[in-house]
Parts: sequence; structure tokens; C-alpha cells
Amino acid sequence: MSDKKLIIIGLVIFFIIVAFPLWYHFLFHGGKAAPAPELELTDKAKAAKVCVRSTQYMTAEHMQLLDVWRESVVRQAERIYVSPDGKGYNMSLSNTCLDCHSNKAEFCDRCHNYASVRPYCWDCHIDNPKEKS
Amino acid sequence: MDSIRRRVLQLLGLSALGLTSKPIRDAFAQEEEQVKYQTKKGENALTAQQWAMVIDTRAFESEGDLEPLIEACHKIHNVPQLRNKNHEIKWIWPEHYHNAFPLKAGRFLSEEVEHRPFLVLCNHCENPSCVRACPTKATFKRESDGIVLMDFHRCIGCRFCMAACPFGARSFNFRDPRPFIRETNKQFPTRMKGVVEKCNFCAERLAVGQMPACVEASEGKLTFGDLYDPESEVRELIRTNYTIRRKQALGTDPCVYYIV
Repeated sequence: MSDKKLIIIGLVIFFIIVAFPLWYHFLFHGGKAAPAPELELTDKAKAAKVCVRSTQYMTAEHMQLLDVWRESVVRQAERIYVSPDGKGYNMSLSNTCLDCHSNKAEFCDRCHNYASVRPYCWDCHIDNPKEKS
Repeated sequence: MDSIRRRVLQLLGLSALGLTSKPIRDAFAQEEEQVKYQTKKGENALTAQQWAMVIDTRAFESEGDLEPLIEACHKIHNVPQLRNKNHEIKWIWPEHYHNAFPLKAGRFLSEEVEHRPFLVLCNHCENPSCVRACPTKATFKRESDGIVLMDFHRCIGCRFCMAACPFGARSFNFRDPRPFIRETNKQFPTRMKGVVEKCNFCAERLAVGQMPACVEASEGKLTFGDLYDPESEVRELIRTNYTIRRKQALGTDPCVYYIV
């Protein structure tokens, strides 16, 4: 039991390192979360009022929706999405989503950056069909 | 006494279970809500059991005649123009008779036929070898219309399909294609570095009731239609003309026919 001191010092150092995210956050960021990004809607999106699905669903599940879209368009050759309220939409990220949400930097990127997700949609799909090249 | 305490504990346990299961029940309720959408084809969509193309090679005299067709395709599909032959991307291109039909090249051919430019593209085979080779099912033969299509999302760039295709119809993006696209068509996506690409028989145009871009630009020299509709124009042409297909002996059953 002569190593008691060493063990305790070691444990203290271990807990300080393990708790790094906590104390770092409290000391240097005042314990407050970074402010959530604000979504900016274009005039066209505001005027339309409703998206393909409810706002709540779109916020939480738009990636699942896009997955259904790509499967349906590429593999089933079906390009029209009929939403639960009976309205039909052309399933296209560049031509339908970005037609209303033409402000990709404020609408998509801001939130993706905040959540630290890096979707690779834009490697192929064109950012904004209306923007002049 | 003991039995009452046990009863109370049981009740407590049960109510705790009931409370904690609420999020699970909510999740299931949401799942049910998600199923209410539908997908369908557009109203004008063209359909077929197996799309096929007939190319009347007699109508083309020089490679210059093929230019507008190739241009039309490469422009709407954002195909990059790379000068380096090793990096070249092509969906549709001119080929010499001996290269297009290596198994048919006879001796002492009619010079006119031998020097004709042959337009070649993906044959959308009925028994495609590229589809068998693809380890991720990124390339597949679409059940609904027989087009051999690519899901670029899924392509891992292994290039097995390029090795498997006997027609050289596939190109690999060794570089980011975006800087080499002369004029971007904003309606159609580009590709990214590391995926294979090829002709898609204009699946996106057929879906809105338009003929493929090359067929439209050919002014009647190319014909497109359903191979399994005996009344279709392509069947009529195949019936009434002598047609050949590329490397037919390999058994992939190409769906592009050449009138010679």
C-alpha cells in the first residue's frame, strides 16, 4: 500500500483528462451552448407556406425523404412524389428543392455546419439552377 | 403485510414501464404516419418493355455528320471535355468500322461501308456483363424499361464494369469533371471524381415524354422505340432492313442495331 499516493495522483490526472470537454466548456465558453442557426426562407418559400411535407417532418427527416426520392427516380423510374395531402411534386433536389430554397448558403449549409454534417450532395448536384454561371 | 408491500412494488414497476414506453409508442406512431406518400410516373412518361435504337449508318457520310448528335448528348448531360485521351469521358462517339465490328471485319469490303463513321454508345444489352460485374449494384438493368442504368450515388469506382463491358462504353472520372464542362446544364447533375459514367438512353428525357437527345438531333437517322412491341418503328426497320449489332457473338444481346 506504499503506492497509495501515486495511485491517487494518477486517478486525479485521469479524471481531469476525461472531464476535459466539461471543464473546457465551462471555463472558456461560459457553459452556454452555441446559438442554434436561424433558418432563412426565400420569398418564394415564404409565399408557398408548405413544403413537400410538414415543416417538422422536413426538419427531422429530409434526408430520409431524399433517400426515398433517389431510389424511386433512379431505380423505379417514378419521378412524381405524391405527398399525403395529395399534391404531386417532381422529385429533384436541384430543380424542386432548390427552386424554392435557392439560398443554399443560408438554408442548407448553415445548419449542416452547425450540426457538423458534410453531405456530399453538391459534389454532383448543382447548387442552384437559377444562379448565373 | 409482506404481500401488500409486494403488490405496491409490482404496481410501481408496472407504472414505471408504462411511462417509459411512451417515446417508443410515439416513434411507432410516427412510422405509421410516414407510409402515406406515393410515387408514380409522370403523365407524359414514355414506357417500353425494352428500349432499343436503330442507327441508319447509310445516312452518315463523315464524322462531321455525327458531330451535332454527340454535341447534343454531351451538352445536356454535362459530359466534360478532357483533352488527355487517358482521362477522356464519352457517352457517344464515332468509331471506325474495324473497331466497332471487329468480329465482322471481312476482307475486300465495299470501301464506302468501310470508311463510314459508326456512331457507338452503350448498347443497353439485354444480358449486360457490366451489371454482373458490379459489386455494389450501382449498375443495374432497370426492370421497367430495360435501360442499363447507373446509380452514381452507389458507384465506388472499382471499374469492374469497364473491364466487363466489351464495347468500351464506360468512362471513369479520373479527375473532378466540373472544371472541364464547357456549358453546364443546370437541370442535370454532374458527376464527381472517382465514379464511372456512361450513356443512360436519356432516362430523364423519356420520363417527361421526350425522345433521347441524339435521336432528336439526328432528324430521323436514328430511331428509338420498344423492341418488344411488334408494331414499333424500330421493329419495322429491323424487319425490313439488314441490320447488324456489335459483337453479337458474345451473347450480351445489344439493343443498338445498325443498318448497313
